[in-house]
Amino acid sequence: MSHEPATLEPGFRGVTADWSADKQAFPVPWGKAMMWIFLLSDTFIFSCFLTSYMNVRMSTTDPWPNTAEVFALTVGGHHIPLLLIAIMTMVLITSSGTMAMAVNFGYRRDRKRTAQLMFATAALGLCFVGMQAFEWTKLIVDEGVRPWGNPLGAAQFGSSFFMITGFHGLHVTGGVIYLTVVAWRVLSGFYDRKGTYETVEVAGLYWHFVDLVWVFIFAFFYLW
Amino acid sequence: MAFVAIADRDHEHALHDPQSFIRKYIWSQDHKVIAIQYALVATAIGLVALTMSVLMRLQLGFPDTFNIIAPQEYYQYITMHGMIMVIYLLTALFLGGFGNYLIPLMLGSRDMVFPYMNMLSFWFYLLAVLVLVAGFFVPGGPTGAGWTLYPPQAVLPGTPGATWGIICMLASLAIFIVAFTMGGLNYVTTVLQARCRGMTFMRMPLSVWGIFMASILGLLAFPALFVSAIMMTLDSVIGTSFFMPAVASMGEKTVHTGGSPLLFQHLFWFFGHPEVYIVALPAFGIVSDLLSTHARRNIFGYRMMVWAILAIGCLSFVVWAHHMYVSGMNPYFGFFFATTTLIIAVPTAIKVYNWVLTIWRGDVHLTVPMLFAIGFIFTFINGGLTGLFLGNVTVDVPLSGTYFVVAHFHMVMGVSPILVVFGAIYHWYPKITGRMFDEALGKFHFWMTFIGAYAIFLPMHYMGILGVPRRYYGYSDAIQFIPPSVHEANEWISISAMIVAATQLVFLYNLIHSYFRGPVADGNPWRATTLEWQTPQTPPKHGNWGKDLPEVHRWAYDYSVPGAPEDFIPQNVPHSEKTPVGREHGVPT
Repeated sequence: MSHEPATLEPGFRGVTADWSADKQAFPVPWGKAMMWIFLLSDTFIFSCFLTSYMNVRMSTTDPWPNTAEVFALTVGGHHIPLLLIAIMTMVLITSSGTMAMAVNFGYRRDRKRTAQLMFATAALGLCFVGMQAFEWTKLIVDEGVRPWGNPLGAAQFGSSFFMITGFHGLHVTGGVIYLTVVAWRVLSGFYDRKGTYETVEVAGLYWHFVDLVWVFIFAFFYLW
Repeated sequence: MAFVAIADRDHEHALHDPQSFIRKYIWSQDHKVIAIQYALVATAIGLVALTMSVLMRLQLGFPDTFNIIAPQEYYQYITMHGMIMVIYLLTALFLGGFGNYLIPLMLGSRDMVFPYMNMLSFWFYLLAVLVLVAGFFVPGGPTGAGWTLYPPQAVLPGTPGATWGIICMLASLAIFIVAFTMGGLNYVTTVLQARCRGMTFMRMPLSVWGIFMASILGLLAFPALFVSAIMMTLDSVIGTSFFMPAVASMGEKTVHTGGSPLLFQHLFWFFGHPEVYIVALPAFGIVSDLLSTHARRNIFGYRMMVWAILAIGCLSFVVWAHHMYVSGMNPYFGFFFATTTLIIAVPTAIKVYNWVLTIWRGDVHLTVPMLFAIGFIFTFINGGLTGLFLGNVTVDVPLSGTYFVVAHFHMVMGVSPILVVFGAIYHWYPKITGRMFDEALGKFHFWMTFIGAYAIFLPMHYMGILGVPRRYYGYSDAIQFIPPSVHEANEWISISAMIVAATQLVFLYNLIHSYFRGPVADGNPWRATTLEWQTPQTPPKHGNWGKDLPEVHRWAYDYSVPGAPEDFIPQNVPHSEKTPVGREHGVPT
């Protein structure tokens, strides 16, 4: 589209000339570009949360509770560390799989399959939030963990736990609502009339991001 | 769909021309209306902060005379003055105001990419301002923690507003960040994806470059403030200990244990330093365009200017702890952060040289916007040089906490950006309103403000070197090391400050009066090249461009091109014999 003939300058200058040409900087729909930028910003939010958690874990003088013990479940007489968290992680990662399939069917304009898979993703997300509610209840009621203190050790354990998983849980809850709305619109043929299923993919980006963040929370909070 | 210039995707902007008053001016999705809404709210809350500074000066200049501010209220004044000026005035005005107005017009787009979200951004901003103002009326008044809100004192009894005020402040900041995020995503995506045909990145006016980079900085820096606001709210409301160590307050041990106050300082300044550039980069960009337009000369070293903006943006994320030399952090950090601080001075100095070289041997018209632009160069060099003092650990240690710091940051991120704001308002006033302002009043406004700024802040350098501590309600004669000259300087500063503040009323009068009575302005009164001056109507209508989007054929700085009949060639004029190629590709003319 450029009015100057395309010149392939060698080196760095050529790269910038190409990237800065009079076209969309990224050959994607506006909504998708904006979602990527938002996720970059959101990455900084979660990075700040996790860095702060590491910082207070170092600054506190009280011992840090053993997460493998705190998050253990006793099932059928067996004491299994991190059992619930493992299941939650599996559920969330599975939901990423169903989401990816939904995007795939969206590309093929398969209205029904896309909607079904998105509803499945939302259901798995809801399942995750439900298990999180169970986990919170167990910690609060059975173990007496509070945001301001707990009998297990450093007060920052509870504060960081509730804040970080809570903020992530809000992201999942928001995602479930978002996915449900988009799935509903897919089913109603809204995107067929609009001529593009790009919103499905944009919603998928968000959902994969929320999953990815969970992997980091899992690694840094539960496994460490 | 790939590689499509926006001119060919014009249909994607479904433009419903709103008819009713409410949809047109209140719940408006038009970027120009949103820009003006942002600017009006920012100005209104800015006037509150200005009034507070006048009251503080009355106290400092004439202690025991007026007694408008009680001693225990003084910190609330400095806190609210600082926070309002930095966040709710400058950030909102540069990005929400000028960003909204200029990005689509300068890039030849019809609007921001997501106008509805853009509208929400303004309403969240208004909500943030209302919550902030609510802080004045809650029990205990607004927070008096200083604009940096350092814990533990921010949430401990004894600090004014430690219960309700701080909550209002933190809530307002969080809402502001949500508002900014919605706006900032729009600004960045619009620049990346919605430029008109022919508008390459390297043809964008530097105003857009500055606002673009500042928006990116905002999207990456505000998260740190958001997170620290959440954590401090938790510390204050439900007694967690993120930032609160085990401390005794009022003779009793608090519920807190084991938190890290230094963590807050790191988070705050990880936001706070880029924030300086969120305010400065749009000013850098806009001033470049003002200088070039009113000196009738292309900007000197355009490519270098762009790279300097990008370099400053990246470096601004690795200098934050130079605000913390006396915080008790590991001293080795000081070495690293002093080094990066001095490195960031290099691209900044390049920009200053290029501004000066732009007007050198130019056809300088001393219009009101130009006066402000030149004034900016002076105040910015002044504030920048004192920054070199404070950026070095050994020089900073004795100077920190004195009036030298006050003088430095007011000069570099108070006076300098606000001079650009004034210049920019005068520059774009004819486009925004379709009327011309009163030139004589504008010049009066400039000289009073410019000389007044020096009258206020130059003596503060001297006071700082004497070691006069800042954030003091008064300096009694019992403080032995403060000589009588400081008291005289304080009187002088206060009188100057009041004159400068009163001058701003002349500015407001000029804007309001000219809006109704000013002479009707030409569509391009400065004979400028950039696209916003080439709109079919002035002020531009909804959709900006009429039926067809403009097409860009040249960079933004074709002034005084030899061979051209006029001393400017607008960006949308094709190359021809009469309108030759300018210096866009570095071809000497």
